[in-house]
Amino acid sequence: MTNLLMPSRRALLKGAGAGVLAGMLPATVGAQAAPIKVGFQLHRTGIGASYGRWYERTVTAALKKINAEGGIAGRPVEILFEDDATDPKRGAEVVDKLTQSDGCDVVMGTLFSHVVMGSAPRAGELKVPYLVCSEGYHVASGALNRWTLQPGITDVRSQISSMAPWVAANLGKKVTMFYPDYAFGYDHRDHFSKAIAAQGGEMVAMIAIPPTETSFTRYFAQIPADTEVLYHVMVGPAVLTFVKELGEFYGTGPKPQLFGFVDSLEAVDTATPGLEFLEGSHFWEAHPRVKPADAGEFEAGYREAVGVDDNGTSVSDAKDVATYSHMFSTWETLHFLKQAMEAAGYTGPADRQKLVEAMEAITDLPYGPERPQGAKVFNGKTHQVFGVQHISQIQSGKLVQVHTTSMEDGMYEDAVDYTTMAF
Amino acid sequence: MSGAKVWALHLAVLVALFAAQYLLPPYHATNLARVLVLALFAMGYNLAFGYTGLLSLGHALFFAGGMFAAGLPAYHFGFSAGPALILSLLGGGVLAGAVGLFALRTAGVSFMIVTLMFAQAGYLTLIYFNAWTGGDQGFAVPASGRSLFGFALSSDGPRFAVAWGLFALGFLVCLALVRSRFGRVMVAMRENEERSRLLGYNPFVVKLIVLVISGLYAGLAGGAWALLFGYAGASFATIQYSILPMLYVLLGGAGTVAGPVLGAALMFWLIELASGLTSAWLFLVGAALVVLVLFAPKGILGWVREKVWRGLP
Repeated sequence: MTNLLMPSRRALLKGAGAGVLAGMLPATVGAQAAPIKVGFQLHRTGIGASYGRWYERTVTAALKKINAEGGIAGRPVEILFEDDATDPKRGAEVVDKLTQSDGCDVVMGTLFSHVVMGSAPRAGELKVPYLVCSEGYHVASGALNRWTLQPGITDVRSQISSMAPWVAANLGKKVTMFYPDYAFGYDHRDHFSKAIAAQGGEMVAMIAIPPTETSFTRYFAQIPADTEVLYHVMVGPAVLTFVKELGEFYGTGPKPQLFGFVDSLEAVDTATPGLEFLEGSHFWEAHPRVKPADAGEFEAGYREAVGVDDNGTSVSDAKDVATYSHMFSTWETLHFLKQAMEAAGYTGPADRQKLVEAMEAITDLPYGPERPQGAKVFNGKTHQVFGVQHISQIQSGKLVQVHTTSMEDGMYEDAVDYTTMAF
Repeated sequence: MSGAKVWALHLAVLVALFAAQYLLPPYHATNLARVLVLALFAMGYNLAFGYTGLLSLGHALFFAGGMFAAGLPAYHFGFSAGPALILSLLGGGVLAGAVGLFALRTAGVSFMIVTLMFAQAGYLTLIYFNAWTGGDQGFAVPASGRSLFGFALSSDGPRFAVAWGLFALGFLVCLALVRSRFGRVMVAMRENEERSRLLGYNPFVVKLIVLVISGLYAGLAGGAWALLFGYAGASFATIQYSILPMLYVLLGGAGTVAGPVLGAALMFWLIELASGLTSAWLFLVGAALVVLVLFAPKGILGWVREKVWRGLP
């Protein structure tokens, strides 16, 4: 006889089994239903908007790929975008919102250095991993904190230093530099002058252009006659005027070799009327905008995923030029995050410290679909990744890759060891 | 409204703001600390603009001046937050005094343009001395500079307490000032400068004193921002940060003591709300301001004073 007070052995076993199953069910369903939330601090408006547009597209493509391949440790991944207006004050508020209000596991994606600087302290206070895609030297210089890392793009010091051997060997050793009179320009002034000196070259003039300047002709008279290379890193709307006036200054007469950074021309068509004077000149590129003939095997798949054709423009609008030398960083950073989360056995915000330690333990990052720009080495002490760079020449209005540096060309001594800092 | 009631009302506002940190979720409690610092800035702006009629477009200079007066010694020389805050107060006041000596020779639109030019010169100076200021990139204030009487200002509790304490100090000083004899002289300058001169007041001196007081507020707010939120940068010296306190004051009610904090809070959470709804959040914020100017040109508390409590200071 069985009743509620005296259940049979079979009923007891059934009940226990059902109980165990019921106990397991919410955990399983819960794990499947709870995605990993990645907060993306996006420059949707403000001075960084053209970069932000492509950062959003690229990381969305990476997200689609990762989720199609099973997510991170079997969990789906979700990205929450929040506009920071490319402003450091709003940037810190966005880190706060993504972390405290939206419950994101990590925050990533910031490009502009002043926004990184303004936001990183808040990330450190909230103890949330903050993965920037900025190329600034701020991380590796030791100016930030243990929670801030740059695993998807090389920093500007590395980029600049790696250019000097090729410039000295191929363009000339007497360099005049035009640089904007603020931090971005100072990075070039300080690091390139050291790097070219190490190659036996010299800076014959360094000409700072005030950020409010709209006409440049009067500065050109300061270019020494023995200049062999004119190194220019003007950015923003003034670039077109700068190049046009430089062309008028030299006319059809002899001119120095021109070398610049593609930051000047990101999201700008190199065949734009007014830029003809750049024909034949050389540029640094992190990731060649125009697909090189010898591109790696994963280049085509990446371009297709992010919607960029072989000329570096949107497949849906040939006038929409990609910020190709920067946007790969979001793709590679999301894949780096996946690798680190899986290595750390990340389950939730309580594991954030373990996650940072797992990131710091990563070193070799081989070329593959996760890293279409190229193989990289991550330095866990400085929280900075290193990789190869490219030099391209404008030929018939198009950037054509002519040289690829070695990774060693961009290496420098550590300025900080974040692993010794407290969390 | 009697004096006791006025003080009781404003003390109640302070108590409510203090209590809010325990009622709000942590994210919004941190935001309230931000709002209180911005409101301190706007209160100083209100003394110049709302009460004295000085429409400045250069207050970003005083805010950034205080920010760097606190941040630079903390960053380069290891100053702790106490001395750094005092320096920020002085930095804002000295800059305002120096600008005022020149700018107050003008009035109206000319005053706006001259103050704007000074602020732009200040911004370019910060960029020029990049090696010290970090230029456009700025710098993170080290932990040693964010310590006050042994409390880390990077922690939520001490940060809110300091933000509230500085705001409360500014709020009560503002209330006392505008209810004082000098406060009435300020309003007289705004309403009819020539008649005030006829009554024996020197408009230049009165306006210079007000501008210095306004600069003290702005400088202290700038220093507090650097130390409480850990960052100092030249972007805080751009025109945007001269416009923001003006908007807070216009929204909350120019010439009211509580208007700036109301305006700062509404604007902050309006941006928060709008950015969650659309990527065109700046458009929504702009539209809200246009509506306000059309239907309540004196701001919210200005409307309240006109329609409900005529004695609201």
